[in-house]
Amino acid sequence: MIEFNPADLRVIAPELFLLCSTFAILLIDLFLKPAQRPVTHWLSVLALVVTGCLVATGAPSTGEVISAFDGMFLRDGMATVLKLFVLLTIGMVFIYSRSYLRERRLLIGEFYLLLLFAALGMMLMVSAGNLVTVFLGLELTALSSYALVALNRDSPLSSEAAIKFFVLGALASGLLLYGMSMLYGATGSLDLAAIHAVADFSSNSPHRSLLAIGMAFLIVGIAFEFGAAPFHMWLPDVYHGAPTAVTLFISSASKLAAFGLAYRLLEGALGGMSPDWTMMLAALAALSLAVGNVIAIAQTNIKRMLAYSTISHIGFVLLGFVNGTAIGFGAAMFYIVCYALMSTAAFGIIMVMARAGFEAEEIDDFKGLNQRNPWYAGMMALAMFSLAGVPPLFGFFAKLMVLKVVIDAGYLWLALVAIVFAIIGLFYYLRVVKVMYFDAPQDASPLELPRDPINRWLLSLNGLALLVMGMAWNPLLEWCNRAFEVIG
Amino acid sequence: MTVPNILSVLIWLPIVGGLAVFACRRNADAARWLALLVTLATFIVSLGLLTGFVPDGPLMQFVENHAWITALKSNYALAADGIAIALIVLTTFTTILVVVASWGPIRERVSQYMAATLLLEGFLIGVFSTTDALLFYVFFEAMLIPMFIIIGVWGGPRRVYATLKFFIYTFFGSIFMLIALIYLHLKTGEFSLAAFAAAPLSMTEQAWLFFAFFAGFAIKVPMWPVHTWLPDAHVEAPTGGSITLAAIMLKVGGYGFIRFSLPITPDASIEYAWVMVALSLIAIIYVGYVALAQEDMKKLVAYSSVCHMGFVTLGVFIAVALVRMDGNLGAARLATQGAMVQMISHGVVSGAMFACIGVMYDRLHTRTITEYGGLANVMPWFAAFMVMFSMANTGLPGTSGFVGEFMIILASFQHSPLVALAAAFTLVISAGYTLWLVKRIIYGEIKNEKVAAMPDLNIREWVVLAAFAAAVIGIGVYPKPLTDLMEPAVQQLVQQLTTAKV
Repeated sequence: MIEFNPADLRVIAPELFLLCSTFAILLIDLFLKPAQRPVTHWLSVLALVVTGCLVATGAPSTGEVISAFDGMFLRDGMATVLKLFVLLTIGMVFIYSRSYLRERRLLIGEFYLLLLFAALGMMLMVSAGNLVTVFLGLELTALSSYALVALNRDSPLSSEAAIKFFVLGALASGLLLYGMSMLYGATGSLDLAAIHAVADFSSNSPHRSLLAIGMAFLIVGIAFEFGAAPFHMWLPDVYHGAPTAVTLFISSASKLAAFGLAYRLLEGALGGMSPDWTMMLAALAALSLAVGNVIAIAQTNIKRMLAYSTISHIGFVLLGFVNGTAIGFGAAMFYIVCYALMSTAAFGIIMVMARAGFEAEEIDDFKGLNQRNPWYAGMMALAMFSLAGVPPLFGFFAKLMVLKVVIDAGYLWLALVAIVFAIIGLFYYLRVVKVMYFDAPQDASPLELPRDPINRWLLSLNGLALLVMGMAWNPLLEWCNRAFEVIG
Repeated sequence: MTVPNILSVLIWLPIVGGLAVFACRRNADAARWLALLVTLATFIVSLGLLTGFVPDGPLMQFVENHAWITALKSNYALAADGIAIALIVLTTFTTILVVVASWGPIRERVSQYMAATLLLEGFLIGVFSTTDALLFYVFFEAMLIPMFIIIGVWGGPRRVYATLKFFIYTFFGSIFMLIALIYLHLKTGEFSLAAFAAAPLSMTEQAWLFFAFFAGFAIKVPMWPVHTWLPDAHVEAPTGGSITLAAIMLKVGGYGFIRFSLPITPDASIEYAWVMVALSLIAIIYVGYVALAQEDMKKLVAYSSVCHMGFVTLGVFIAVALVRMDGNLGAARLATQGAMVQMISHGVVSGAMFACIGVMYDRLHTRTITEYGGLANVMPWFAAFMVMFSMANTGLPGTSGFVGEFMIILASFQHSPLVALAAAFTLVISAGYTLWLVKRIIYGEIKNEKVAAMPDLNIREWVVLAAFAAAVIGIGVYPKPLTDLMEPAVQQLVQQLTTAKV
């Protein structure tokens, strides 16, 4: 029986605020005419900003964990970092997609509400201290995402993607839940810390096989959330079918949350079994690197190409886990944050390129972009070089930190696999630069820019951040490393 | 007088200037003049390195050191010794000429071209001036991006193939070096080159590291058999790109060998010196024959670059052999010194050769040798310069080409007369392909009316070639200031080789 402690409400103040403001926006939006949609837009952005401030003000100091509701809800360094970046990327989704959605008559209140609920679910997921909270957060996020993918309900592609996403997602949730039930059966507790205390292979645990099978199911669920090979099948179809605004969300915020989920379940609950799950993650990582980088070469659709690129980047994130130490998780989180920023830049530019009735989805649509608009071509080139991991851009340093961790853990072969596939991956990123710079445009008219100046400025800032962070990434790295000082 | 924080100024002035040039996209002339101004300013600042250098002072001068990434103990650490200074001044000098040489030929997207050239200059100076391995790697890779764009946008018909090959090939090599650097970092906990050089390493470790460095630098030099990207890149690159590539970028490979391979893995260097010497000799002889068969002028000069850079690697590794096998430190110093002079000299000579080809290409839009003939009759000034640079390319005494090659052959003789004989053979082959090229292009009857209509050099071209010519003759006649500048660094390098790590 959980005792109600009013002080706990203060711990979940950001989530409570987000929940209340989402309901308020839901009500306000009902009374707005389509022409007044900007009210919903700015209220949603405001809600995210205030939530972000609440997250930042109540943040725990280094190495401290604030727990509420009898350990159901945790606020630690990692939760703070991930929540802030989830809120940031969702704010970027709002700002980048406004004109894109308006041109397609998709700028409806549901878009904002579903994303705000998804944000709430993610915040819950990364703060979860109990299997129930994990699942609650996961399902809130997943259900919102399914609906978002189907946002363009007149498009068969969009509906098909949503159905695939839903069916496979439901299966993955089922597997995850099944794994959780086995953990519960083996340890008799739903609390992550309590499971951590008893779940290990070294002692003469009476439930070794049950734990092992439970762990395998959990990893399948996590791999699905990430989109790691071989559980990646949904990812290219969803990226391709979903409106680009939603793809942007799935490729950035969802991956940040998936990292939180992986950390909570693997280290938070099964930390004692890390020698066993690191091997499984190493295999997933190697496979993701191979599948992602090789198949991306064959793509002609840039959204599908970026989907496979996501798979390969997830491989790198999982590499950070093979160390199973604070420094490894720090590197992996650094990587996922960096990836989220690169992916928002790339999809942001894809949305700038799109016009009413025209999706800039094919790589060929980028032909001669440098002649049409050198500035955005430069931003896209920065995003591509950064994704490819070419110094001095941000993406290189994320790879560097992960490779360091992997070699430190003694997996030199894994580091070599990673760099060989990074070289293969270089080709398809360079191809995008090639079509932008070396080819003549199919349509030489100058690029129509979004009217919203905040959109233009934020996107430029996003692209330049990839360059500037390449020289000044130390603070972010320190921040990510500090977040894991709890586990020492 | 020297500017404070001179190395930082030299790195960031062209980079910031490049971004400013990028902004002048509506006005091509403004972009050209601004680019020229920036390169001139950079060159003048770089002269401060020569005047401010204290010959009897510490080895590494103009030191700057700031914490960069605390978690990795990697610093924004800059410093330069004589070798680095010589290469930095070569870079700033050549980049001015690149800007002037591209004045007329580049007509489209001028601001972007000039911006890329300036960024490249900044990155190259960064490579030569840093003493932090991670920062070195960042600059080392960053320079691929502007070159990729230069070849791909302003290059010839097969530019896309050439530039992708160039990028992926060189990236492939250097990424193994990255693993080596991470390994050394985990071993020492730092990223400074001094710490790496002091790290105790077993023979097996050294061998692996040596080959990881080899992958990065041999492709850059390029050594036989990993030179195949160079002819493609050169043929397709615009004139300015070719000059930068041949004159400066290739030097990064040779510089890497003396900064990384020799100090960090001295025992592996001696163990595998014979491999390096053999590969260098193959480059010198075999690639020389390949050059003889070329019909495209740029390809010919590209292969001759591979030959001449073979001398650089020969000089470096024959020095290693001289120290450890013969204990002949004097000859080892001579060989290293020769390799360094050869780097500078090849920078000037190959840059000049590509500038000459650019002049011809701008008039006739072909690089096929058989399309030309009898240029001496219509372009006397040009013919005079071209013949002079060709002489330097064959290593005629009195030109810069002679100094380095002679020193290396002299030193090699003291290790093995056979190696010296093979290396000296190049004087015959390179005379063969270069003079035959001159004979077919410059001398003889005027080939056709198109050649007859070719105007002689305009003032810009004249300035570029005259500047190169002054450098070629200057180094050739009186190399002492250059060798004096580099002597302390060379001495230290050779001294370091005498102590084994295992």
